[in-house]
Amino acid sequence: MARLAGRRLLLAVPVLLTVSFAVFAVAEASPFDPVKAYAGTAGLTASQENLDQLRANLGVDEPFTTRWWNWLGSALTGDLGDSSVMRRPVADVIGERLGWSVLLAATAFALAIVLGTCLGVLAARRRGGWLDRLTTGAAYTLEAVPAFWLGLLAIWLFALELDTLPAGGLTDTASTTVTFGEVAEHLVLPATVLALTQLPWFFLYVRQGVADALDEDPVRGARARGLGERTVLLGHALRSGMLPVLTLIGSRIPELITGALLVETVFSWPGIAAATVEAATAVDFPLLAALTVLATAAVLLGNLLADLLYGLADPRVGFDG
Amino acid sequence: MTTGSVRGITAVALAAALAVAATACSNPGGADGAGSGGKDSAVVGIAYEPDTLNPLLGYGKDGNSKIFDGLLALDENMRLRPALAAELPTVSEDGRTYTYRLREGVTFSDGKPFTAEDVVYTYTTILDEKTNNPSKGELDAIASVTARDPHTVVFTLKYPYAPFAERTVLPIVPEHILSGQDVNSGDFSTHPVGTGPYLLTQWSRGEKLTFKANPRYWGGAPAVKKFTMAIIKDDDVRATRLSAGDLDGAILPPALARGFADEDGRKTYTATTYDYRTVTLPTHNKVTGDLAIRRALDVAVDRQAMVDKILDGAGKPAYGPVPTDSPWFAKGTERRHDPVRAEKILDEAGWKRGKDGIRVKNGVRAAFPLWYLAGDRLRQDHALAYASDAKKAGIDITTQAGTWEVIEPRMKQDAVLAGGGAPADPDFDQYTLLKSDLAGDGFNNMAWYDNPTVDKALEDGRRSGDKAARKAAYDTIQRELLKNPGYTFLTHIDHVYVLADRWQGLTTQVEPHDHGLASGPWWNVEDWKPKK
Repeated sequence: MARLAGRRLLLAVPVLLTVSFAVFAVAEASPFDPVKAYAGTAGLTASQENLDQLRANLGVDEPFTTRWWNWLGSALTGDLGDSSVMRRPVADVIGERLGWSVLLAATAFALAIVLGTCLGVLAARRRGGWLDRLTTGAAYTLEAVPAFWLGLLAIWLFALELDTLPAGGLTDTASTTVTFGEVAEHLVLPATVLALTQLPWFFLYVRQGVADALDEDPVRGARARGLGERTVLLGHALRSGMLPVLTLIGSRIPELITGALLVETVFSWPGIAAATVEAATAVDFPLLAALTVLATAAVLLGNLLADLLYGLADPRVGFDG
Repeated sequence: MTTGSVRGITAVALAAALAVAATACSNPGGADGAGSGGKDSAVVGIAYEPDTLNPLLGYGKDGNSKIFDGLLALDENMRLRPALAAELPTVSEDGRTYTYRLREGVTFSDGKPFTAEDVVYTYTTILDEKTNNPSKGELDAIASVTARDPHTVVFTLKYPYAPFAERTVLPIVPEHILSGQDVNSGDFSTHPVGTGPYLLTQWSRGEKLTFKANPRYWGGAPAVKKFTMAIIKDDDVRATRLSAGDLDGAILPPALARGFADEDGRKTYTATTYDYRTVTLPTHNKVTGDLAIRRALDVAVDRQAMVDKILDGAGKPAYGPVPTDSPWFAKGTERRHDPVRAEKILDEAGWKRGKDGIRVKNGVRAAFPLWYLAGDRLRQDHALAYASDAKKAGIDITTQAGTWEVIEPRMKQDAVLAGGGAPADPDFDQYTLLKSDLAGDGFNNMAWYDNPTVDKALEDGRRSGDKAARKAAYDTIQRELLKNPGYTFLTHIDHVYVLADRWQGLTTQVEPHDHGLASGPWWNVEDWKPKK
């Protein structure tokens, strides 16, 4: 187990290096000019001398390999550099926003797992029943719906038509403090939408897993011993049916990150997503690199977590992978 | 994983979900927070978000920054009045020395006194080449800034620059805070400290800026105690949130503003502007560089139709950078829409119509591309209208959308639908727009306009301290543009605002091209008085 984790972490180093290098290379190849992006409308009346000064100060006239190397050097000492688009140190930008993104993603994920598991077990109990047909049909439909469309639909319905929930942001427009109640209220729509985009997978896997387990010998044996239906369902079938779901949890991280990106943008949620979009269009190298590496690390950790969980849950799996 | 732990996780997650749902249900309609009709608070929706709140990096350079004061400020009629200066500056005979006597007893919001050192620090830091300020070219005239004593500041200029005082509306920052941090990335950018009427309480990026009144403001504590600017880039969303009562006011396109015209308790404000839309006619292009083509286009376009159809009437025809209602406008330089005359000019110059109706001269077809900024509806509409008017005269214009990155390398050859406009002084626009030696310098003089008479008048206009002499210089320029139009100016665009009618005597200034935080009826929110 420790060997697996150690080996994976070692493997993560070249992956992260490659990803960060690729970010610099791609940004270099993009048609956007970081100096223009920095100057904004003022750049349209700035003198060439002034623009050249900015170019030198922002250090964007060096070859991207040099810039990547310098970035890497200072990143290893804990200095992530300054974000040009936010006019702040990168560490501060990420520190301010990461919490909100994690809150949104974790709430949505928990909601998706709980709902998916409950519905999955219920559907598996009576396969072919009306509930099963309804939920499975809904899951396939939901799977095909883009996240941003679902977000816009939710805003239109709950914020504009019914006027029951706020359309966006973290707090009410007029409020100056961040209170638990307001954040909770503003969290409902984005978290629900994000959860719905993740839900079909969990639901379908749980349903399949539990259904298969119900046909297995141990479950039949348990029933023969006269154990209650509830014990059989939750104690035996769910336990073995959850195995595939566990591996899924880790591997769904990338999906969750891209989903969160869209949902945050639609709901003006002040998380990492908005910063990522801005950093990309403004070719803000330090911020873009830090965010990409962060996302990659999350994906790698998710995969490792999935394998470890699987090993813990199923003793038959050896840790030599 | 045991059943127990699964059950535990499930329970916790369900409890959390229920808690969230419960708070949501117990507090329906979160939208009644703003439109509560409070006279001491206002929430407005704007389309623009500043990159930084640090004046050293360019924030608030044209005044009305809310958090800071300049040495001077512009009033409703765009006249200079003292702010942190006790009176208007005294100018030396040769127009190269400006002396400001400062207001005494002013403190920054952290309680520390404001002195001449802060002024010197502000200007010298902006001009420092290590400071990433893209607008520093506007202070190009400054040779040195010195503090003669704690309450007197002297600016020495490299050359006489008549509109220099207009530049000194830029915000003054506290040296004692900024000297201890990195100017380009320090946290002053998000936690500013100034002498102004408001203090920043929170800046949630991409969402809103909230301000509270500065009780110790030297100009008296504002009546509006809480002021919020919500950043909503999409016009339709802004209008929706205004009608939902989430906002008290907003900037809106004319067509959307019309929907609020008859509503009780709301007022529409139309601000006149220097915000022009123009077509650059590059001299290096065989077609647009031809004098007959330029003059023909100038009378072939139906400017009034653009104002009526594209701007919904909220604007004016433009014949040059100076709007027709400005005191600097040269009467008699208006162009009549005259397609017949356009044909005549082209015929006489030897541009003959070919088989396809497009004119040809010496084997050159009267055709050129016109670029506009992708995603900008207003510019797209102007470009299409311009092309269709030109087509009638036999000139074939292909409109193309692109980002500035795509457009910039082509500016020397291709026409561009550009915008601009700064109201404080005619020099601000015209020098960078028309001066021949600024051709190809960044985005200045995009049309590569080159006219010695105009060059000389531009210099006279900025050097002379005499109002009449300046007026004569700018009249000369506008008349030269009639003879040789290097650009086809199309429209000046009004900015339309809708605002709850809870305060008395609100006004708008003449507004620039940039929609900053400084525009709109809230340019002077610190002076608002509630209606009785």
